[in-house]
Amino acid sequence: MNEQQTLFDFMRQQSDKLAAQTLQHIGLTFISLFIAVLIGLPLGILITRRRKLSGPVLGVAGVLQTIPSIALLGFMIPVLGIGAKPAIVALLLYALLPIVRNTFTGITGVDPAVKEAAVAMGMSKWQVLFKVELPLAMPVIFAGIRTATVITVGVATLASYIAAGGLGEFIFGGISLNNTNMILAGAIPAALLAILFDFLLSRLQRLNIRKLKTATATLPLLLLLFSSFYFIPSAYGGKLTAGFTPEFMGRQDGNLGLQSKYKLKIHTIVISDAVMYKAAYENQLDVISGYSTDGRLEAYHLVVLKDDKGIFPPYYAAPVVREDALTKFPELENTLNLLSGKINDSIMTALNYRTDYLHQSPEKVAKDFLLDNGLWKPAREVNMGIVRIGSKIFGEQYILASMYSMLIKGYTDYDVATKTGLGGTKICFDALTNNQIDFYPEYTGTGLLAILKPSLKTVDSLTLSKDKTYNYVQKEFQKKYNIKWLKPIGFNNAYALMMRKKQAKDLNIKTISNLKRYLESK
Amino acid sequence: MIKVEQLSKHFGKTQAVDNISFEVKEHENLILLGTSGCGKTTTLKMINRLIEPTSGEIFIDGKDILEQPPEILRRGIGYVLQNNGLFPHYTVAENISIVPQLLKWDKKRIEKRISELLEKLHLSDDCRQMYPAELSGGQQQRVGLARALVADPAVLLMDEPFGALDNVTRSKIHAEFKVLDELKRKTIIMVTHDVQEAFELGDHICLMDKGKILQDGRPSNLLFNPANAFVQDFLQEQRLQLEFKTIKLNDIWRWLPILQKENKTKVLPADTDLWTGLEQFKFASSETITIHHDSETKSASFEQLMAAFYQYKKQQAHE
Ligand SMILES: Nc1ncnc2c1ncn2[C@@H]1O[C@H](COP(=O)(O)OP(=O)(O)OP(=O)(O)O)[C@@H](O)[C@H]1O
Ligand SMILES: [Mg+2]
Repeated sequence: MNEQQTLFDFMRQQSDKLAAQTLQHIGLTFISLFIAVLIGLPLGILITRRRKLSGPVLGVAGVLQTIPSIALLGFMIPVLGIGAKPAIVALLLYALLPIVRNTFTGITGVDPAVKEAAVAMGMSKWQVLFKVELPLAMPVIFAGIRTATVITVGVATLASYIAAGGLGEFIFGGISLNNTNMILAGAIPAALLAILFDFLLSRLQRLNIRKLKTATATLPLLLLLFSSFYFIPSAYGGKLTAGFTPEFMGRQDGNLGLQSKYKLKIHTIVISDAVMYKAAYENQLDVISGYSTDGRLEAYHLVVLKDDKGIFPPYYAAPVVREDALTKFPELENTLNLLSGKINDSIMTALNYRTDYLHQSPEKVAKDFLLDNGLWKPAREVNMGIVRIGSKIFGEQYILASMYSMLIKGYTDYDVATKTGLGGTKICFDALTNNQIDFYPEYTGTGLLAILKPSLKTVDSLTLSKDKTYNYVQKEFQKKYNIKWLKPIGFNNAYALMMRKKQAKDLNIKTISNLKRYLESK
Repeated sequence: MIKVEQLSKHFGKTQAVDNISFEVKEHENLILLGTSGCGKTTTLKMINRLIEPTSGEIFIDGKDILEQPPEILRRGIGYVLQNNGLFPHYTVAENISIVPQLLKWDKKRIEKRISELLEKLHLSDDCRQMYPAELSGGQQQRVGLARALVADPAVLLMDEPFGALDNVTRSKIHAEFKVLDELKRKTIIMVTHDVQEAFELGDHICLMDKGKILQDGRPSNLLFNPANAFVQDFLQEQRLQLEFKTIKLNDIWRWLPILQKENKTKVLPADTDLWTGLEQFKFASSETITIHHDSETKSASFEQLMAAFYQYKKQQAHE
């Protein structure tokens, strides 16, 4: 009951955003669908005429469908950049197969005697197509469009990864922020849209022949109408464009803080961490929300803007471990603490640079580091129990997880199982509390703001000091979750706003206040 | 009117049609008769260019059919398909108006023509807005026929138009078919594998087998002067009934006795077939029937009719 109430509250609070995202979602879905029909229908007809092409065409469309959506979106970026264009292309590629296939089967399924009758009456090829084949294939073609619609509504949630908006912003923002209401506020409307469109199209499909003629005529109009939704919310621009991750968008120490403490107003799009740096490098974004130790900072010639009002709290990394795991594996704590104080900001940035930009494997980077620091020992190859390590889904966490894994194998008699790539904070932390992993590297700021979520006042009193934050989360985690924060590793991977070095220099922007002043000038 | 010369069609190694020639005169009804797979449909489809021949020529009204674009040719030829081929997504009225629409008739003219045809083909006016799936098999075939007839083409091609009907319905439609004025002014090629139907409706029959025409002639020719054993065997099973139906009373006129004294039995015209003549004895209580020919009148009993029939056959055999 309480949960529902707050979900409702959340939706009401965010109703503007929700409406905008829903419209974007519908728009995105139908633009893609419209173009998919525009391409798929003629293509389907073509392969009924040139049967030899049908195998290759359906094959290629089938392969496209099996490419994981995130990967397909990723492939689009180098070619089409970020934003609506690549998202629409990716979505329409998914929608293509059902439309082409159903057009093909629909038309080839028309009774050959009826087709022959049409020819025998003296109809031309086009007349046979438009008066006989297409009308008779229409129910099957509709079924294909219906399938395509449902697929597209679903995949469109991923469009937010590349700054194309839609309900994915809430869903992925909610996952990163450990905010169930936010996830549901995106997921429920997305599911409802899928159900609604499926239902509407199923009605169309079941209409009798006479009404189907009108329906066929109105469908393109409807598609166009829905498509136009996309342009309504995105019809604004600005001097500079910021790209923030969904997580950053919803955080007090992120966009909310920028707005309340700095009063920063900037045209903002939501984008995934995976493509953000590159987009900034390629001039598609001007300001991004990165992490201060990210290796790509170096790789893409970016510079961190100074947080002169101190809204980004310290994010010191340390392993968080289940208490019962520490009891079960007595040697674990000392082993994990071997890394404590060993990695400062610049070392971490350099390590990240090697994985993120030079594409070296996290294992190699981890091993090299341990060897250089005289910490590496060969694995003992014994098994007195298995320690389960988790990590979030970015390079730094992979490197840390590898280091811990090597240390445990070298210094203790335990074996290791790693579960890397656990989405965001919520997924990782849930895995820990549900006893699916024994520990993972976490950041003090994240523990404070994404997991504990204390009142604003408490946050304000803590966030400017590294030690206060650490002590607070350590005490609260112990009390609430029976989870222990071990000693910090050393580096501070805080949020930071970044710009291209050259642009920042040209515009003379060094701090966030500078940025605000620039935006308000003229 | 229609002339086919040395026409052949090969599908790969199959000789579907093998060097056939025939001619159909204006307003004549030619039947292509033969077992399944002997090439009847293929022959028919070559005439409206649904199939292009491997070799040979076809002329309609003295003009090579290759001279005009196929669409234009087809709009001038009525075609009834083997299994009616009505458009399931069109109403009866829409189905019938396909060709007039292609010919760009105005709406009124189409409506008028549809009403006229529905009446002639004994279809109720309610059928207009129905879809083919809502009609019986017999009604569907009538609609198929109406669709072929609507633009009043001079040539009509029919591929087993009464194929899917039960015997009772079929004889009923046969009877209607024979009196339909629309059909009397057409040159018709009709395909069937039903011997009875061929004899009942055909002025001319081409008996085909394995792509070849084995005999081309009037029904009585095929019956009494079979070209070979195949023709003989093909008709053997129903021979007696076919003969009764083929022979007219005036064919056996000379062997019938002259009327002795007036009686009150029914008078039949002499172009009645023998079958109908014999059928009279089923119902009539009288011993004889009366037949009228020009100014002469003759009468015969059942036995006398049969005797005349055997005389006639004996004479045919010697000819
Ligand atoms: N498109 C085609 N491709 C290959 N072979 C064909 C084709 N059409 C017909 N044939 C072959 O040609 C021969 C004659 O076929 P056709 O359809 O003319 O027979 P039909 O006399 O109409 O038979 P039915 O009484 O069964 O309709 C058959 O052996 C058939 O298998
Ligand atoms: Mg046939």
